[in-house]
Amino acid sequence: MTERGEVLLRATDVVKHFPVAGSPWRRGARQVVHAVDGVSLEVRRGQTLGIVGESGCGKSTLGRCLVRLTDLTSGRVELAGQDITTLSRRRLRPVRRDIQLVFQDPYSSLNPRRRVGEMVAEGMEVAGERSGRQISARVAELFELVGLSADHVDRYPHEFSGGQRQRVGIARALAVDPQLIVADEPVSALDVSIQAQVLNLFADLQDELGLTYVFIAHDLGVVRHVSDRIAVMYLGEVVEVADADDLYEAPAHPYTEALLSAAPEIDDGVTAIAPERIVLVGDVPNPVNKPMGCPFHPRCPHVQAKCTVERPPLREVAPGRSAACHFPLVAVAGRPAAP
Amino acid sequence: MVRFALARFGAAVFVLVSISVLVFLIFFATPGVDPAARIAGRNADQATLAQVQAEFGLDQPLPVRYALMMKHLFVDRDLTSFVNRGVLVIPQIVHAVPVTLSLVLGAAVLWMVVGVAMGTLAAAWRGRAADPLIVLVGVVGVSIPVYWLGEVVNLVTQSRLHDSVFSWVPPLGYVPLTQNPAQWALRLLFPWLTLAVLYAGIYARVLRSEMMGALDEDYVRTARAKGVSERRILIKHALRCSLIPIVSLFGLDFGALVGGSALLTEVVFGLPGVGRLTYTALQNLDLPVILGTVLYAAFFVVLSNALVDLVYAALDPRVRHV
Amino acid sequence: MSEPLLEVEDLRVSFRSRRGTAVAVDGLSFSLAPGEVLGVVGESGSGKSVSMMSMLGLIRDPNCTVEGSARFRGSDLVGMADKDLRVLRGRDIAMIFQDPMTSLTPVYTVGWHIAEQIRVHQSMSKARARARAVELLAEVGIPDPARRIDDYPHQFSGGMRQRAVIAMGLANNPSLLIADEPTTALDVTTQAQVLDLLRRLRRDHGSSIILITHDMGVVSQLADRVLVMYAGRAAEEGPRQEVFHHPRHPYTWGLLGSVPRARAPRVRRLPAIPGSPASALAVPSGCAFAPRCRFAHDQCAERPPLAGADHLDACWLPRDRRHELRHSLDEVATAAGDPGQQSIIVPATEEFE
Repeated sequence: MTERGEVLLRATDVVKHFPVAGSPWRRGARQVVHAVDGVSLEVRRGQTLGIVGESGCGKSTLGRCLVRLTDLTSGRVELAGQDITTLSRRRLRPVRRDIQLVFQDPYSSLNPRRRVGEMVAEGMEVAGERSGRQISARVAELFELVGLSADHVDRYPHEFSGGQRQRVGIARALAVDPQLIVADEPVSALDVSIQAQVLNLFADLQDELGLTYVFIAHDLGVVRHVSDRIAVMYLGEVVEVADADDLYEAPAHPYTEALLSAAPEIDDGVTAIAPERIVLVGDVPNPVNKPMGCPFHPRCPHVQAKCTVERPPLREVAPGRSAACHFPLVAVAGRPAAP
Repeated sequence: MVRFALARFGAAVFVLVSISVLVFLIFFATPGVDPAARIAGRNADQATLAQVQAEFGLDQPLPVRYALMMKHLFVDRDLTSFVNRGVLVIPQIVHAVPVTLSLVLGAAVLWMVVGVAMGTLAAAWRGRAADPLIVLVGVVGVSIPVYWLGEVVNLVTQSRLHDSVFSWVPPLGYVPLTQNPAQWALRLLFPWLTLAVLYAGIYARVLRSEMMGALDEDYVRTARAKGVSERRILIKHALRCSLIPIVSLFGLDFGALVGGSALLTEVVFGLPGVGRLTYTALQNLDLPVILGTVLYAAFFVVLSNALVDLVYAALDPRVRHV
Repeated sequence: MSEPLLEVEDLRVSFRSRRGTAVAVDGLSFSLAPGEVLGVVGESGSGKSVSMMSMLGLIRDPNCTVEGSARFRGSDLVGMADKDLRVLRGRDIAMIFQDPMTSLTPVYTVGWHIAEQIRVHQSMSKARARARAVELLAEVGIPDPARRIDDYPHQFSGGMRQRAVIAMGLANNPSLLIADEPTTALDVTTQAQVLDLLRRLRRDHGSSIILITHDMGVVSQLADRVLVMYAGRAAEEGPRQEVFHHPRHPYTWGLLGSVPRARAPRVRRLPAIPGSPASALAVPSGCAFAPRCRFAHDQCAERPPLAGADHLDACWLPRDRRHELRHSLDEVATAAGDPGQQSIIVPATEEFE
């Protein structure tokens, strides 16, 4: 198990619902997308929390809630002990410097008509703590730090390749000396070889600057690679949280098990291949009409009667790991594991 | 689909009522206008004024006045013009509608056929010499003002060449379809062509760019991979999907034209349509007629928009299931 | 060895543009036996899709030139009249594409699409084509196919749409199915379902499959043979197990090293390939991979031939030292992350586009 540091970010029972745009004639039966449905998480300083799940599981919305890019329906988010959920826009501003976002699409998140150097400098200009000369020097330093050349500051986004643009996005995030970076699918738009370079950059920056990451991705290999702890999401809920190695070695939730089993592995003659693949039937249900009981029960290969009526809470199933399952695959102390 | 249609028409009725309220408020409830004096006419005696006041409930609260006004307009149909005493508003509009409808319907058929054909051919022949040529023809059509083109057509067909090539062209004016179908068509022929030239050009251009986009879509590539012929791809896949924006464009244009935007064409060709009626009423500040024509125009705009939405739903299954 | 179904020889696809001639596929040769699954892997711009599409005449760009030969059952697809090629497309060779969201015409039902595929190539009544469409949907695992056949594409989920597209491809029992990134746009669990389906189809129908993907895992699951492409050229080709267990080309090493694994022991840094993929406008005249290769030497200025018996590769490095060289790469990766070094960041040597 990884050593436990101070908790930097704590989310408690975060809920985010979006109303479905309905007809004005049909009032009353207003439908709601349960994008994030009661998520509690902790991220410790200097560590990486990976959030993994399939499309529509609410992982990106959760990411936006954590940095308060969107307002929460309910619940609270604390950064270093300070509740940031209810801060006014003005009081939020200093907090924003501590948390930065890195987006998936490195192209659409950069303004095509501005020089990349200006965009990286922007955060520092807003903060207003450095002189113009200091800012230029810092921008050049940041470019070197993320593996770009200081000569690149005067170029426009279209002059960069996808990987380089993602480096610019990272430089921009680093410009205000954040403590926490929330990265939403930062490498999924990149080619395999470039993806590896950017993942290495994330690792190096963490080692050098002591950054804390929340790393949101759908690729199980990528999440495993970067994360110390991993939260698995399904239909707006966290179904399992555990240290990365524990989770991959012995998943406690059947969804985690199926997800891991479904990921196509490379048989390179060195890595052990999973004996049998679990192929789930059906698709992820609509987050508007979530199933009763356990949200995963309609697709669960181990489903039992209880699962269809009672929603399992996220509870500790072994030291340092929790799962939201009535019959976890990892033995709970004093309880038998699922048959 | 039926529920969708009902909901859509419910919304249309709601919009129409709102427009009538708005128009009523603007014309008859604005300070500084004494409707009683206007309705009763110049030099009316006190008794007439009082009668008018009572009949239109001018001393009563606004909602009652609105209801009475609508009653006079649509139920009793005895609202008269301020300017031409004794001329009723509704029959005037009723007379003008067939003229405008004949003009716009005929032109619409022409421009749709020509526009869709030109747009499709241009898209099919992209990269060849015919494509820019079609585009050019379209641009010329769009750029010529309709009143100028109309006058030139009149000049040529009615005077300069009237004795030789165009001796078959009847004089300007309108003959009802029920009275003489051949004369109806013949008299409207040049107005139709003039109006259609403008819109055919626009439609060809819009359709061409839509189809160019559609031909780059993944589904066209899939159709090709299936072994579907280029012609079938063009018609069944690309054109079918590109018609969707054309239909909404058509609905807007058609509604507006029937509602009075064909004014210039009507004036140039001496057609006593709704556009000309509105034009005259506006010049004389003939409030009852303006009220009538505005409501009439709103009716057509709203109706054609509702129809567009229905056609839309028929063309595009994605709309149906929202 | 049996007669190959498809034999591609020296295929070259180039695009003329204002900035010069872009060579998307440069002398590609491979052959495909009946019933074989060939996985074609490479990054974007490696020419893997373009090569397949050009053979089928699916590239309509007038500035595109296709040279070489691609013999399908003896007749050359390159240079074949579109009229004749059209008969093969969708009947003998089916191709499906990456994004199931956009690959069906939105205004027609799923059943209409399948019936169109059948009726373009066979004279069959509408009713029979419909019955066949229901059968096909059932075969690819769409629940309640008799009802779902009248659904429009937007009413299907992504995974179901990809199944429907596959059902359409199979409608005329093609002897070759070309699947271009068939699972890339899908979620992991849905991807597993589609991979399962492809595996089953291959077993039941015995058709050959060319699987184009950037995902080494997908190829490793499904392919008999693997072709690794880089900058429009074949870098390595061979039986799957050979290529994955004993890869010979430094590019393949890099690709395999770049993929973070879900099950292998965790490493802090990945042995990434430096730089970015070669631009099709400026492919080096020698080995295309040389500018990114840690083992590049003088000889690499000359283009290496694709050489070997069953397992081929295009590299000048001595065969017997490859294994040892590959393992030296892992050390480079970990060394770069060593905090003892002055700067731990390896600069990106990517070139500007």
